[in-house]
Amino acid sequence: MRPPVSDLPLVFDGVSALARDVTLVRGVSLQVDAGAPTVLVGPNGAGKSTLIRLAMGLVAPTSGRITWGGRAETDGQRRAMVFQRPVMLRRSVAGNIGYALHAGGIARAARRERVADLLAQAGLAHLAGRPARRLSGGEQQRLALARALARDPEVLFLDEPTASLDPAATKAVEDILRAIAQSGVKLVMATHDLGQARRLAGEIVFMLRGSVREQSGAERFFTAPATPEGAAFIRGDLVI
Amino acid sequence: MHEGSSALALVLGGDPALYAIVALSLVVSVSATLLAAVVGLPLGALLALVRFPGRTFIVVIVNAFMGLPPVVVGLAVYLLLSRSGPLGTLGLLFTPKAMVIAQALLVMPILAALTRQTIEDLWAEYRDELTAMRIGPLGRVMTLLWDARFSLTTTMLAGFGRAAAEVGTVMIVGGNIDGLTRTMTTAIALETSKGDLPLALGLGFILIVLIVLVNAAAWGVRRAGEIRAG
Amino acid sequence: MQTRRLLLVAALAAALWAPALAQEKSIVVASTTSTEDSGLFGHILPIFRQATGIDVKVIAQGTGQALDTARRGDADVAFVHARAAEEKFVQEGAGVKRFPVMYNDFVLIGPKSDPAGIKGSKDIVAALKAVQAKGAPFVSRGDRSGTHQAELALWKLAGIDIAAQKGPWYRDVGQGMGAALNTASAMNAYVLADRGTWISFKNRGDLAIAVEGDAKLFNQYGVILVNPARHPHVKAALGQAFIDWLISRPGQKAIADYKIDGQQLFFPNADRPGA
Repeated sequence: MRPPVSDLPLVFDGVSALARDVTLVRGVSLQVDAGAPTVLVGPNGAGKSTLIRLAMGLVAPTSGRITWGGRAETDGQRRAMVFQRPVMLRRSVAGNIGYALHAGGIARAARRERVADLLAQAGLAHLAGRPARRLSGGEQQRLALARALARDPEVLFLDEPTASLDPAATKAVEDILRAIAQSGVKLVMATHDLGQARRLAGEIVFMLRGSVREQSGAERFFTAPATPEGAAFIRGDLVI
Repeated sequence: MHEGSSALALVLGGDPALYAIVALSLVVSVSATLLAAVVGLPLGALLALVRFPGRTFIVVIVNAFMGLPPVVVGLAVYLLLSRSGPLGTLGLLFTPKAMVIAQALLVMPILAALTRQTIEDLWAEYRDELTAMRIGPLGRVMTLLWDARFSLTTTMLAGFGRAAAEVGTVMIVGGNIDGLTRTMTTAIALETSKGDLPLALGLGFILIVLIVLVNAAAWGVRRAGEIRAG
Repeated sequence: MQTRRLLLVAALAAALWAPALAQEKSIVVASTTSTEDSGLFGHILPIFRQATGIDVKVIAQGTGQALDTARRGDADVAFVHARAAEEKFVQEGAGVKRFPVMYNDFVLIGPKSDPAGIKGSKDIVAALKAVQAKGAPFVSRGDRSGTHQAELALWKLAGIDIAAQKGPWYRDVGQGMGAALNTASAMNAYVLADRGTWISFKNRGDLAIAVEGDAKLFNQYGVILVNPARHPHVKAALGQAFIDWLISRPGQKAIADYKIDGQQLFFPNADRPGA
């Protein structure tokens, strides 16, 4: 049952975040609307991860405001996140999903069916009883996705989800992401993999050294980037 | 127990007095460890997860109390439970219950301190995921305690070892009463003071075997759990 | 997993609590290590239980500690061997009345090599003077027990102010009879012990009886009911039943019957009013 309130648009208003005298993001003003996946790209240290963590409420801004659907609700329940290195709970694959469902308030009776659904979506049905910590990297990331979906999110944040995976596992994860996006979930993903950005993005946000330099439709960005840094990044000339 | 018997003869002959002493030692120390865990594990988790004024002070005290001298704990509990003391009306002195309470007090800091360290380390790993899943404070404590259960088993064994090995506490609050509050350690102390050193040594050996058996059983449970849950 | 753990705890708790539910008749007796370590209680208490159905729980401590325990109301009866301390106990109102029960004697134990040259003597005072003069190693219990108080009284009789005149030869261990004997055995030292504990002591090493038979080594035991006026919870009726039995003919006979290696340890004398 989707409640009437929405977490979108997600609006950053002059947001800065500092950690131990290091500026992670500086004066970011950005709006993320519902629709196709928004992919954050940029070199290392650009602030992509920090922006995602701010949006998820894991980090508080040092200045500026963030609103979700017009509300300042930092710990919204309709948001979920997948990290670059997922942490598996010390229980079975099905147990991990069950845990996420329980955290989302799903009653025990309804859980079993949902677990089966999510396992199927992630392609993990044959591993339901396996201890989650004994899965391969790719399988663990798919489990992390299933866990995130268990919360029936409106927005799914992902922080470099395939950076630690091999190409085959990466493809498997991307296929699932495509399916999720098509089912109506808004994806906001940070990646340093340009190819991945090309494959998945509907909209690109290009960041450099803590600030947002460009925000435009994916095709527009890749064919005619608005800034010289953007162009350099696409060429592969911009690493820092 | 028969004068002059060897400890082995008593074991093999099924001497009822010896078996009663062994049973009491196990029941008292296991109960004390479990009782200490009820308070100590959540306390340790709390200290790991919550920042509050005075927290550093409490952490230092809990760590220090891992080394509480058993006789001091015994004396303090004795004064509390004595008929002339504040809790005298409970009539607990010189009973196994008093021994359990006193040993639980002795063991609790060990469980709390080790749990705090374990949970702190685990929280560093789990923090992002549990925050992203919007798990509340109670949920965090329970999830971390459960996921740390193998390390915590070792912690519990450390606590049990402390309880099973000590004599000062149970001697003072139990009184080493024949047939009622005599444990392995107090029996060893008694036989030593009677000069029957071979018997005392034999009993000591039996006590060590017991502790090893408990540890082996816990190891078995842990292995089974690890195979099941990774 | 949770339910199983709870069941285990419940089972253990039941095991602990169950004995308390069976409320049998019982009393707590604070006594000395000599009566416990010598095995006397192991012999007479089952007889008492058979006769009356009363379970006696013995806390074996030194006389000083035993009287303290009784004073605090943590015991129902005190059964010790230090007449002066016992009478003071009654006088201050902590006890009801003192009854003499039995006596044994002290013996001076020492190494077979006998550095003080006192073996075979029947004069304890002279012997102690020799020990002090020669600085022969001597172990004292130092724990306010009946034995310790007897030892101090004997030094005084010998005209020695032991507190002032003790040297490194005087080893104050602050422990019970068994521990003191162990220490004396290890150090090859002299030590004052009650005969009962000595006879049943197994770790003799090179020790043997050096001095015995002096009337001054006479060691009287007394039993006192803790004053119920001061501690209302004291089981006065059951406690008095124990005292009555101890000084009665069957009780006195049980005491006399206790022997180790054919030797009688304790000599009943409840009929001797001046004891």
